[in-house]
Amino acid sequence: MKIEPFSSFTGMPVLDNTPPSADLAIEARGLVKRFDGFTAVDGVDISVPRGAIYGILGPNGAGKTTTLRMLLGIIDPDSGYRRVLGHERPTEVARRIGYLPEERGLYPAMKATEAIAFLAALRGVPLKEGRRRGRELLEEHGLGYAADRQIRQLSKGMAQQVQLLGTLVHNPDLVVFDEPFSGLDALNQGKLERMIRSLAERGTTVIFSTHVIAHAERLCDQIAIIAGGKVPFAGPVDAARDRLRPQVRLETRAEGGLWRAALPADARHEGKFWYFTLPESGVEPLLRALIEGDAGILSLSIERPGLHDAFVAIAGEAAARALEETPEAPVERKARR
Amino acid sequence: MLAHHFAAAWVVARRDFCAVIFSKTFIFFLIGPLFPVFIGAMAGMIGAQVSRDLDNPQIGVAMSAGQGDALIAARDALAPRMAGGVPQFVVLERVSPGLTFDSHAALKKGGNRVAAIVSGTLAAPVLTGTPERVDQWRGQLALFAAEAGRSDSRTYPEVTADKIATSAAKTHTDQAVTAQAGQVLLFLLTMLLAGMVLSNLVEEKANKIIEVLAASIPMDALFLGKLFAMLAVSLVGIAVWGSAYGVLMIFGMKSVPLLATPAVGWSVFLLLGFLYFAMAYLLLGSLFLSIGGMATTVREVQTLSMPVTMMQLMVFFFASYALARPGTWIETLSQVFPVSSPFAMLAHAAQSPEIWPHFVALAWQALWVAVIVRVGAQLFRRTVMKSGPARGRRSWFKRPVAATAR
Repeated sequence: MKIEPFSSFTGMPVLDNTPPSADLAIEARGLVKRFDGFTAVDGVDISVPRGAIYGILGPNGAGKTTTLRMLLGIIDPDSGYRRVLGHERPTEVARRIGYLPEERGLYPAMKATEAIAFLAALRGVPLKEGRRRGRELLEEHGLGYAADRQIRQLSKGMAQQVQLLGTLVHNPDLVVFDEPFSGLDALNQGKLERMIRSLAERGTTVIFSTHVIAHAERLCDQIAIIAGGKVPFAGPVDAARDRLRPQVRLETRAEGGLWRAALPADARHEGKFWYFTLPESGVEPLLRALIEGDAGILSLSIERPGLHDAFVAIAGEAAARALEETPEAPVERKARR
Repeated sequence: MLAHHFAAAWVVARRDFCAVIFSKTFIFFLIGPLFPVFIGAMAGMIGAQVSRDLDNPQIGVAMSAGQGDALIAARDALAPRMAGGVPQFVVLERVSPGLTFDSHAALKKGGNRVAAIVSGTLAAPVLTGTPERVDQWRGQLALFAAEAGRSDSRTYPEVTADKIATSAAKTHTDQAVTAQAGQVLLFLLTMLLAGMVLSNLVEEKANKIIEVLAASIPMDALFLGKLFAMLAVSLVGIAVWGSAYGVLMIFGMKSVPLLATPAVGWSVFLLLGFLYFAMAYLLLGSLFLSIGGMATTVREVQTLSMPVTMMQLMVFFFASYALARPGTWIETLSQVFPVSSPFAMLAHAAQSPEIWPHFVALAWQALWVAVIVRVGAQLFRRTVMKSGPARGRRSWFKRPVAATAR
């Protein structure tokens, strides 16, 4: 099958750094899903290398969950194809996958160990072995005291941790998290970030969706930016940043002079600084022109654009605003009875 | 303060009202009152019909041609003026002069609804049948014979009673009662489970665990797992009540009515009863699980439970109605129609000794269980496990509640 190298969203070329299929944990091409005439996902292409931490970044309603559900085989795409861990039917490799949905949930009457063992059993681990691993995991993560407590007796945060451990209990090759940081306090967000990194270090592929750019920026090797059901960018985080030229901040002693002619057309003066995009010719010709024009350089810094700027440039202002307006799920610490 | 309370109450009332009115199951609430009326009428009609059909014995006439026809004509002339049930008289044989008719052999042979036989002459009729039938019809026969013989209406001929232990017609009637009892028991057992199955998936949806299940195992497996779990639960119930019945029988509950031995024998009948219960449960359960799977809340399940119960009643009525019509297309249809098939086939087991039709029926029912589970699981995946942003209500019947994409 010939893959169209241009994104259907912006017409911009998508970086063709896709590894060969054998090195991919997930490969999806042209995924489309419609609900009641509404196109929720519209031609999504994703390539997730094995062992990578991959983020799907987008605001609410962008199609992140639908994409993940298609990749997991929970729902089938209307068109397009997907290959997960080398299989075109994701359900065939369900036992090698761990999944934490955004809407977490366990049977309230189950004890923590039993809940983990149940999740393990769903992935083919014998119940007895699941219980043993469940106890071990709970001990390892400081929750040993809750092993025999019912889920309904745990706080929401603890129940989430139990479910997270249940997601990993069968040592999956691929872990899929849907908005994993949602509802977690800062401490637990940090713990989860460390856990994701350690999973990747052990060779597990981790794919997660998020609307928080900072998480994607800190954790991901690669990202897919999704907006309006389309993926205008998929590739390494650095490649997303490289879509934008570095920004220059210049402070000069002289207010006027020949040096002003060296500034690019987009230069703007705010306070005592000049801001502009680094010219394609690089910093050296610029510096030479400023010095020769007697600018009297007091400071000059070159800032690489952040993922947020890249997101704005790729997905557009509207998507960026939607991303910022996406409410964070409330952190609940009180026990649910 | 009071105004604040009313304002809050108004907010809640408005939400609840809208939630109910715009739910896809509201139509069932609206037409709900029609169900009891309809079902009541159906139950009355079918019950009366079944009762009439089951207790509609005939008296066979085995007399000389002229006397037999005269007796039947007398019966037809007097019956409309007589209160109570007057059995139909049918010609069994026109006995030639000098020949005799073996009434005992004819009654044992069966193959029709003849419960007693009149032989002899109009002046000295002989009524052969079971003691209760002979006692029941002796007087009527004397009247008809007198009328047919045009004798003085104050002089009735002496009817000779020729009592036999049993007849094919009695066996048929008794087995029909056994069949009916089997159907009723089967119906009661499956009806108890319907509500439980209906609400089975709501728990997973409420706990949000459904998505993990859907990602881990095939939806068909989830459906089957739930069905078999409930089947196991019901078997525990049957074991408990069966044991209780057994204990009552042992400890002197002598008055428990005993049913006639079914045509296939008790052991096979009980085995078939168990298998047909399992099939009836799996068929109805898979159907109700699929229907219940579409419900998103407990309230919707409650709204659905009435039409579902009514549907079960309809199936039961259909099978009962067919029971009284052996050999007709109605009986065949009730045996072929998947959800009524277990009921109809259990009745068949009580009335017919053949075993092979049960193998065919069980295979047919198992096939339908597989089909319903498959379709139900697909439907569930398509309608419930979806994402996508809410697009507003398209119609009050089609509510995109689950439509929330991220």
